[in-house]
Amino acid sequence: MPGVYLDHNATTPLDPRVRDALLPWLGGRFGNPSSIHRIGQAARNAVEEAREHVAALIGGRPPEVVFMASGTEANNTVVASALAGALRSGGVGAKGAMGAKGAMGAIGGTGGHLVISAIEHPSVRQAAARAERAGVEVTRVPPGEDGVVPAAAMIAALRPDTVLACLMLANNEVGTLQPVAAVAAECRERGIPLLCDAVQAVGKVPVDTSLLGVDLLVLGAHKFGGPLGAAALWIRDGVEVESLLAGGSQERRRRAGTENVPAIVGLGAAAALAQEEVGGQLRPRQLAALRDRFEAGLDAIPGAIVHCRTAPRLPNTSHVALPGVEGEALLIRLDLAGFAVSTGSACSSGTVEPSKTLLAMGLPAEEALSSIRVSFGVANRPAEVDLFLAALAREVAALRRLTGVAAIPSAALAAARE
Amino acid sequence: MNDPAAGAAGLVAVAMSGGLDSSVTAWLLARAGRPVIGLSMLLWDQSERPRHGRCCGALDLGDARRVAQQAGIPHYTLRLDAEFRRQVVDPFVADYLAGRTPSPCVRCNTWIKFDLLLERARRLGAERLATGHYARILPGGSGVPELHAALDASKDQSYYLFELTAEQLAASLFPLGAMAKAEVRELARQAGLVVAGKGESMEVCFVEDGVREFVEAQVGAGGPPAQVVDSGGRALGCGQPYYRYTVGQRRGLGVAASRPLYVLAIEPEANRVVVGEERELLAPGLLGERLHWVGPEPASAGSAIEATVRIRSRHPGVAARIHPRRGPAREVEVEFAEPQRGVTPGQAAVFYRGTRVLGGCWIRGRLDAE
Repeated sequence: MPGVYLDHNATTPLDPRVRDALLPWLGGRFGNPSSIHRIGQAARNAVEEAREHVAALIGGRPPEVVFMASGTEANNTVVASALAGALRSGGVGAKGAMGAKGAMGAIGGTGGHLVISAIEHPSVRQAAARAERAGVEVTRVPPGEDGVVPAAAMIAALRPDTVLACLMLANNEVGTLQPVAAVAAECRERGIPLLCDAVQAVGKVPVDTSLLGVDLLVLGAHKFGGPLGAAALWIRDGVEVESLLAGGSQERRRRAGTENVPAIVGLGAAAALAQEEVGGQLRPRQLAALRDRFEAGLDAIPGAIVHCRTAPRLPNTSHVALPGVEGEALLIRLDLAGFAVSTGSACSSGTVEPSKTLLAMGLPAEEALSSIRVSFGVANRPAEVDLFLAALAREVAALRRLTGVAAIPSAALAAARE
Repeated sequence: MNDPAAGAAGLVAVAMSGGLDSSVTAWLLARAGRPVIGLSMLLWDQSERPRHGRCCGALDLGDARRVAQQAGIPHYTLRLDAEFRRQVVDPFVADYLAGRTPSPCVRCNTWIKFDLLLERARRLGAERLATGHYARILPGGSGVPELHAALDASKDQSYYLFELTAEQLAASLFPLGAMAKAEVRELARQAGLVVAGKGESMEVCFVEDGVREFVEAQVGAGGPPAQVVDSGGRALGCGQPYYRYTVGQRRGLGVAASRPLYVLAIEPEANRVVVGEERELLAPGLLGERLHWVGPEPASAGSAIEATVRIRSRHPGVAARIHPRRGPAREVEVEFAEPQRGVTPGQAAVFYRGTRVLGGCWIRGRLDAE
C-alpha cells in the first residue's frame, strides 16, 4: 500500500532512530522494572533514562513525569482525580494549597465545577461529560471564529469552587495554538490546577512547562515519531494525582501497572530527538515549509479556504474547506488515489463526522462537512506536496462534476445538526 | 451480469454488511481481478450495544472491514442512519400504527441500497454496485436488463427487489444469483473468511426483540386494547392494542372461541380487529397501490396482464390477472386464479413471469372489500 501519508495528527510513522532504540527491548532485553534482580534493574534504568529525556524536553524534572499508556489515560486520570478531591495544587495564589477545597469537591455529586474549552480532545470532553452526569457543573468555553479560545473567556469562567481547568495547547483538528500561559497565570493566582493537553504540540513546537506555568501537562509518543502505547503525564512538583487504576505502586503510586518498557524506551528516544530538532527550530521550520508550500498551491483550486489561517497554528496542520465538495467522498477518492488525509479526528465507527472544532467555531454543518485535514510530518518531501496538490485538484473537480453544487447529503447534515 | 468478471473493467463497489453473503460477494469480485472497494452502511447506530448477528452492529461492520482486508480491498463505512430512519424505520412504525404489516427490506433496497448507496458509490468513482442478493440480472431483448429469481429458489430474494428500475439493474451486480447457499458457505470456508461460520441475518435488522415492542418503544407508549369483533360485527371482547395484530394471525388473539379464529382485518380508526374462520381469510384478489414495473409495462392479454403473483416473501405464487387503474395513485387490481388466504395490507405483491420479475405493488386490501 505505497502512498503519501498526510495524516500525522492521527499518528506518525515510527522514526527509524526510535525503532533502533526500542528494538533491543523487543528482542534480547527484557525485565520488570520493579524486580530486585539485575535484569529488573536494567529495565528500571531504561525507564528512568526515558523519564529524563521526557523531562528535559518539556523543561520539567524527572520525578514529575509519570508514564501512562495514552494521552486519554492521562487526561482521564487528572479529571477523575480532580473530581475525587484528590488533586492537590501547588499553586502559590492567595488560597495556597488546594487540599481543603479539593476534598470537599465532587464526591457524591454534590458540587464542584470544571472549566474546559469546547474544543478539547474527546478524552477531556467525555471525562467532563461523565463528571457532569455525576452532578458536577461543567462550563465549556467556545473558541472564537479563529479557532482560538479567548483567554479572557476561560478566566471569566473560573469560580471559587472550580476544581480543575482544562485547555489544550494545540487543537488536533485545526491546529490552532491556545493561550495557555495567560490562563495558567490566572489559575495559579487562584490556586486552580490547570491541565494542558499538549499531545498535538509536543514534538512539533517548543513546549516548556515553566514558561507555560501549568500544573499538569500531557504528551503522547506516537504523535512525534514514537511508538503507540506510551504517553506521559507531567505533574508539577507539589501537585498530587491519584492513580486511575488500583494496583501496584509503580510510578510513585500515580499509575498502577507494570511499565510498558519497550514503548517507554521509544518515547524517551523520540523525546531526545525532539529536544534536539524542535529546540533548534529545525523541525518546525521543516514542517512549516511543507505546509506553506501546500497552502500556496491551494490557490489553483477554486474556492479552497484554509481554516484559522491567521491564527497562531501548529506548523504542520492545514484544515481546508472545499465548498461544494463532500469531505467524506473526497477523503475516500484521495485514499484510492494513494493519499491519506482525514476530515478531522479519527472515529472508532470509521464513519466521517463533521469536525467538532469547526462546529464549535460556529461554522455551518455544510462547511464543516466540506473540509479535510492535512497534517504533515518530517518525512514528507516537497515533491509529495506537489503530487498531493495535483491529486486534490483532480478529485475536487471530479466530485464537483459528479454532484453539482448541493453536494452534502442531507443525512450527514441532519446528523451534524443533532 | 452474474459473472463477477463480466461487464466493464471499471471500479465496483460492494455493499458489505459483515454477513456471509456480502462477504463472499466481495471476495469473488476481488478474486476475479476487478478493481473493488467495499462499502458498509451505518444504518442504525447501535454502537453502544456491542453484539453480533445484527447487520448494523459495530461488530458486524468490523467483520466487514476484516473481510475486506482478507480480500485485499479498501473498505469504507458511510453513515446513512438519518436517511435509514426516515425512509425505512419511520414508515415501518407508521405502517403498524395504520394497521398494516410492513416489508422494510423492500424499502431499504428501493430507497437506501440502490438509490442512496448507489449514488454515493458513483461519487467515489464506481461504475457498478454489487450486493450479496440471491437474484439474477439477465440481459433481456433490446438490451434492457431483466430481474430474475435466484437459481436456488429456497434462497431467492428477488421479491425484495421488485421496486428497482432497469437503470438501477444496469448498474448492479448480483454475483451470488446463480449459486446455492451451501456453495457460498463453502467458498467462504475455503477462503478462510472470518465470517464463514456466521448464521443467517435476521429479516428486520433494526429490531432486537419483538416488532410490537419496537413500535411501542418508538411511539413512547402502548395503545388502548382493541375491540375484537367477528365479521358480522359482533363484539367478542377486548384484546391487545390493534397494531399488535397481523392479518392471518391465529394465536394470541386475546378472546376465547370454540373454533380457531384468524385476524381478517385491522381497523385503526375504530380501534377494532375483525376476526373470523379460516375460510373467511380467503380473498379472490387484492387491491394494490404504487404499481411499479421493473422495465416497460408488459403487454396485456385483452384488458389484463397475466402473471404469477407472490403476496408475501414466502408465498409460492398464484396465477393472476392484473388490471392497472390509470391515475396518480398507480392503483391496480389483481384477480387470483384461486382464492388466497392472508392478503395483508402493507406487504408487497410481486409479479413474475417464469423466473422474471415484472414488477409489483403494495397491498392496500382485499379486492372484494371495496
